Amino acid sequence: MPVDRSGLPAVGGDPTFRLPEIVRHTLANGLEIRTIEHHNVPIVTIVLQVEGGSGADPAEREGLAAITADMVDEGTGSLSALDVSDALARIGADYDVDVAADVTTFGLTTLQRLAGRGASLLADLVTRPSLRDPDFQRVRQLRLDRLRQLKDLPPAVAERTFLRLLYGSHPYGHLAIGSDTALRALSIEDVETFHTRRFVPSQSTVVIAGDMTHQAMQSLAAEAFGSWANAPLSEPWQRASELEPPANGGARLAIVPRDGAAQSELRIGHLSARRNTPDYPALLVMNSVLGGQFVSRVNLKLREEKGYTYGARTGFDWRRGRAPFSLHASVHTAATTDAVRDAQAELEGLRGARPVTPNELSLAKAALTRGYPRNFETAGQVARSVAQLALYGLPDTYFQEFVPKVNAVTADEVTRVASTYLDPNRLTTLVVGDHAAIADSLSKLLGEPVLISAEA
Amino acid sequence: MTAIDLPFTKHTLDNGLDVIVHEARQVPIVAVNVWYHVGSKNERPGRTGFAHLFEHLMFEGSEHHRTGYFPPLQQAGALLNGSTNTDRTNYWEVVPTSAVDLALWMESDRMGYLLPAVTPERFETQRDVVLNERRQNYENRPYGMALMAITATLYAPDHPYHWMTIGAAEDIKAMQLGEVQEFFRTYYHPANASLAMAGDIDTGRAIDLANRYFGELPAGPRAALVTADAALRREHRLLLEDRVELPRVYVAWHSPAMYAEGDGEMDLLADLLANGKTSRLYRTLVYERRMAVDVSAYQSSRELGSFFLVAATAAPDRSLTEIAAAIDAELQKVVDDGPSAAEMERAEAQIEAHFLYRLQTVGGFGGKSDQLNSYNVFCGDPAFFARDVARYREATAETVRTVAARVLRFDARVILSLVPHGQQALALAGSEPVAVS
Repeated sequence: MPVDRSGLPAVGGDPTFRLPEIVRHTLANGLEIRTIEHHNVPIVTIVLQVEGGSGADPAEREGLAAITADMVDEGTGSLSALDVSDALARIGADYDVDVAADVTTFGLTTLQRLAGRGASLLADLVTRPSLRDPDFQRVRQLRLDRLRQLKDLPPAVAERTFLRLLYGSHPYGHLAIGSDTALRALSIEDVETFHTRRFVPSQSTVVIAGDMTHQAMQSLAAEAFGSWANAPLSEPWQRASELEPPANGGARLAIVPRDGAAQSELRIGHLSARRNTPDYPALLVMNSVLGGQFVSRVNLKLREEKGYTYGARTGFDWRRGRAPFSLHASVHTAATTDAVRDAQAELEGLRGARPVTPNELSLAKAALTRGYPRNFETAGQVARSVAQLALYGLPDTYFQEFVPKVNAVTADEVTRVASTYLDPNRLTTLVVGDHAAIADSLSKLLGEPVLISAEA
Repeated sequence: MTAIDLPFTKHTLDNGLDVIVHEARQVPIVAVNVWYHVGSKNERPGRTGFAHLFEHLMFEGSEHHRTGYFPPLQQAGALLNGSTNTDRTNYWEVVPTSAVDLALWMESDRMGYLLPAVTPERFETQRDVVLNERRQNYENRPYGMALMAITATLYAPDHPYHWMTIGAAEDIKAMQLGEVQEFFRTYYHPANASLAMAGDIDTGRAIDLANRYFGELPAGPRAALVTADAALRREHRLLLEDRVELPRVYVAWHSPAMYAEGDGEMDLLADLLANGKTSRLYRTLVYERRMAVDVSAYQSSRELGSFFLVAATAAPDRSLTEIAAAIDAELQKVVDDGPSAAEMERAEAQIEAHFLYRLQTVGGFGGKSDQLNSYNVFCGDPAFFARDVARYREATAETVRTVAARVLRFDARVILSLVPHGQQALALAGSEPVAVS
């Protein structure tokens, strides 16, 4: 029978899927353990999340959280940095570190039969790092060299400059890697102090997902992390998320000159919502309509209709405190001002002039919900998702509630959150690009630009 | 040792389309993955970048669904993408189990009926998009033009690896819509394609569905196999200036073709040279002598012949000359003495883990469906997965040493010094400026 190509085949109802069950357990030292059984492949992922991301960097010590995290695999006990690297390789471990704004997350994936060795190695590294000065000097120098290289990377320059424009001197106003001046001012004593104060079991979470029973994973955690002691609390600290960022931070237009650049790296946005807002599902839908997907408005306009760019997206850079909402794209230099104008029109339009259409709403919701089980395919995905629940204080039922909550979002709510959380009058437009080629036309659109150097 | 297995069923339709199915029922998703055995190696000088531009057009709609490839699939909750390299073009969707029909309908429609939907407007827009992609990922990125300079010297102008898959900007600008038709008819048909499905689907049903949606498409002509030889007769020293802070040296050799004898050894060699702090080059150049800020090594495995590349970025005020000398000293050691027992033990553990990690996802780039298609297209047999694991496990210190000695010749290689603008003096002695754009 020939295929009926007069219309697309129908898609059936959403298949049922049992979302992972999270079992919680707390060790005597206060360390919270969450385990999830995941039996697809004989692999285990262990995630250890500590309070203290880049937002915990003291003023003028920007980069401290990241360098502390980096020092963790530079030796423990009798193991040198080389020995640690060798030990990780011998269990085929995939080890990674993520320094986010609010927390730092250490991840280790290994074979199920080597999980015990993996857990105890991870515990040794994170809870009892050697923190030797020669290693610190070498690691810091590599970070200084990296910073120097980032000056030539337009997306990195844009990220760094944009955060500072939006947050000013707020602790969220810098990249995890920090600045040249601050890195040079750091010492191994700063790292020791940060590690002692922030890497404490009562403020940390361990998530284990893998091909083991809950009980076996709990034993694994107890054995590896049970002896981790809480330091006597020195002074309490204030979380970055508890400090209100400047209300009207950010110039209207800023340019980081990059002479002769073939493209302009764009960021357009402002500070917006917090991750734990009840409007989160509506904001996800709004973003999906606006710029979260290939088929979203900004990509269809800037790429598929105009051919200005290889791709344009919008998104929230979530954190506990107020997060930036921004549009990002790299556009052809000659198209810079037109692209900015079109992008702003899209941000403005969704607030009322061109509200979300029924088709867009259904597409945005479907894209967020119908593929949801895909996010639970690997132990690593599951462990990291559960660590996010811990980070934002979300309930264990979160995964079950996600799809119904997104599906309940209405067109009116999308318009409402767009009006509440997007404000065209507060947008900061940052362009890393060829100043001589773009400044005149951009000034006509947005007024005189603030000029910022890539080094600053 | 954990058993590492990727079971499958293969069935070839009457029109020559290979269909491969792997069941994995844990998550209600199905990966649909289509490979076409065509890449930039099938292009001609003056017409480079075509295979990749064509890939873009495959997302713009086909005869029976002209309004874009993304919307109906995203509406169904799919994730999808595609990519082009020198040897092949791949396309994939990961869909909820309930949307398998839709994904197969869409893939089969663009395999059989693409051309009526390709309009001059769409062609022009995607040409601009690709030019933007080229600027974003190559021209406006530090060190972004290095590989272009290296491959242009590794391979003669008429060798199909002489140019990068993204193509030359002037070629992209000169492309004509008419060429799309010829390219489609030559390469985009069932006999030059391979369809893999992996995930929450019954094998019999998957094959029936493949037959239903793809069975009606005509086979098309067998594409001529591309062959080409490449050899270097001396050491070539090149110089390129770029907008960078720190100079970098690249050293490249011809090496065994993908899956050929010695290809696996070169992967192991890359690991022991530059993967982790204990690797030889990292330890010497970065950790101990601090002359470099980073070092990398990899075997770029390709159908007609591979290349092996080592690169290191100079620490501030350190010279590429001393770095190149230190790299050569380490290479000489491994060529003379081979890997140590400890290095081979480490490699063994990492091979097992690496292949197991590869079994975690059904779809996307590098997922199980993509791997099955890779083995099928390049080796003619998805069962090559087992052979792939075995070839790494069977490698010994002596086989690694032998292959290293054969490949890493100091008198037949390309060395590129990439230096900051205006600082040609930082390049290795005798380096010739090259022009890339």
